[in-house]
Amino acid sequence: MEIHSPEFKEKSRIALHDVNLQKALSNLKAGFPVKRSTAVARMPEFEQLRDEATALKNHILENLDIYLEQFEANVIKNGGHVHWCRTPDDACKKILEICKDVDSKTVTKGKSMVSEEINLNDYLQKNGVEPIETDLGEYILQLRGDHPSHIIAPAIHLNLEDVSEIFHEKHKRPKSSDPAVLMQEAREMLREKFAGADVGITGANFLVAETGSTIIVTNEGNGDLTQTLPKTHIVVTSIEKVVPTLEDMTLFLRLLARSATGQEFTVYNTLSTGPRRTGDQDGPENFHVVLVDNGRSEMVGTEFQEMLRCIRCSACMNHCPVYGAVGGHSYGWVYPGPMGSVLTPQMIGIEQAGLLPNASTFCGKCESVCPVRIPLPKLMRHWREDEFSKHLSPKAVRWGIGGWAFFAKRPGLYRLLSTSSNLFLRVMAGKKGRIKKIPMAGGWTDWRDMPAPSGKTFMSQYKSRKQS
Amino acid sequence: MSKAEILGNIRHGLKRGEASQEQKQAVINRINAHTRNLVPQRAQLPHEEQVALFIAMATEAAAEVYQLESINEVPQICANWLKEHNISSLVTASDASILALDWNSVSDLSCEQRVAQVGDAASLTSSFAGIAETGTLMLHSGKDSPTTLNFLPDNHFVILKRSDIVGPYEDAWQRLRDKTQGDLPRTVNMITGPSRSADIEQKLQMGAHGPKDLIILLIND
Repeated sequence: MEIHSPEFKEKSRIALHDVNLQKALSNLKAGFPVKRSTAVARMPEFEQLRDEATALKNHILENLDIYLEQFEANVIKNGGHVHWCRTPDDACKKILEICKDVDSKTVTKGKSMVSEEINLNDYLQKNGVEPIETDLGEYILQLRGDHPSHIIAPAIHLNLEDVSEIFHEKHKRPKSSDPAVLMQEAREMLREKFAGADVGITGANFLVAETGSTIIVTNEGNGDLTQTLPKTHIVVTSIEKVVPTLEDMTLFLRLLARSATGQEFTVYNTLSTGPRRTGDQDGPENFHVVLVDNGRSEMVGTEFQEMLRCIRCSACMNHCPVYGAVGGHSYGWVYPGPMGSVLTPQMIGIEQAGLLPNASTFCGKCESVCPVRIPLPKLMRHWREDEFSKHLSPKAVRWGIGGWAFFAKRPGLYRLLSTSSNLFLRVMAGKKGRIKKIPMAGGWTDWRDMPAPSGKTFMSQYKSRKQS
Repeated sequence: MSKAEILGNIRHGLKRGEASQEQKQAVINRINAHTRNLVPQRAQLPHEEQVALFIAMATEAAAEVYQLESINEVPQICANWLKEHNISSLVTASDASILALDWNSVSDLSCEQRVAQVGDAASLTSSFAGIAETGTLMLHSGKDSPTTLNFLPDNHFVILKRSDIVGPYEDAWQRLRDKTQGDLPRTVNMITGPSRSADIEQKLQMGAHGPKDLIILLIND
């Protein structure tokens, strides 16, 4: 996917005025957060599960190399192959090589964000292999030449009318506005494709070191058809997804669906362990795991290590006021929302992604719903520091922060300034106590009044309380 | 090359070289212990209550659950259901309990044992376990249980014995390890209700790519 993160501000401005996008986003806000909180209320142990999952992820990361080698050994023991890929380019080349080895013309694909991250579809297409997305949302996007705007609900930015139009155009069938009819159409269109593909590519939610298994979690069943029918199954995944045992995987599964869609459990949780066994009547004959790094190994031991706990549930973006207002495409790359604002700078560089960790009010909602308690605001703040120290932030920001630092280091001056501006704002606000316009703060006052400070400064209140 | 670089980066981050034998052994011991993490209370009820919970949760996930006194009732139940839905053929797995069923009494139903193909209307398989905490079926691949039967046909019947219902997922994993001496089958499918998608405007539609109906035949054994 092309990088558009530097255009975050323009894209957000357009998004805020896009009536259709706003309508589509309202479906998200009314959906996932409510369902999650219902599911959490039904699981009294939810907070304890979060604590255990956080601790377990930390343990895994401290032993990541050992677990990955255990996983690899067990995949090989079961007749599969593991390919370690440091860069997106390495991964694309390896996947193409596997496709060419079995003379593949078409590949079916289950939903995989890692495949978006390495821009796999474009690469395969340019090299004569036709990728076919089979997840309903991804299929709609592929027909439109569009990209996911959400990590688990990829077509969340579209409305029924958009789907209706593109199906009519591409399927050459009478136009329908009934979601059930549209889904049936996609089902019929993809049936033969599933059976005709030479290679099936899926992602993985977890990798089990104990057994060398990969697991996918889906509601549609497309991932299962993708990996069962073709002769070759390629799992494209990333290094932080390894877990020790089936019991440990279970802990994460108890959190994943509830945090993501608010379901008690996702419909299909499917483990794949190597290729077809002697006597099996179906299933792939070849099983490959492509392990992508793409900057993750460099996060170990840094302040961003905690981000590697992420299980891609999407709760952070589902609850984020910024994501809810501007949608996923505004972020300009693969991963949107709070988790994306931490991960994207790591993968494409802070030079290009600097606006993302700044696009947060630090309300903390993301951290409060994260099943593995990633301190997302803290990590975004680390990126802001990094950006500042590399002199990448805009001049106005640098001067502003510099000016603030000047006063903050001189408490007497700071108090004098805050007391006088307090007074000034109250005079400006007049009797109503609200300010309609502030010079250079139109971004605020064009949309809402600024309430005037209600009383004395913190320091003067503190002083008077201490005395009494 | 890539592998060495990736592992090198991780070790650099962890401020150590390759792990010592002790460190590796500690990880292997942790894996082999199969220690359970927190198991929710709802998964630790007496068996009769687990059965009730399984039925409630599976039904909530939009599966149909039929309680049968004996496995011998399976052909008739399938035939009735299929007749109601204007379907006259059924593809089945070939495990011993399915092979032992007598289909002669339902002669208008054509019954075949094979892998599933595009266009199959209905399938019948056995399940290895039922997990009460979320109403989840556990099935696994094998010589007599092709995986395509679980996903390709439009409707999926699954036989589950009451005695195979367990509380938490962990009990099912342990049973599977015991049955297969630790070597997992090629695939294990956990299935909770029929296929669905909410990718169009977040409105839930049933029957995306997998079966549109999941019918659980719960046998009193």
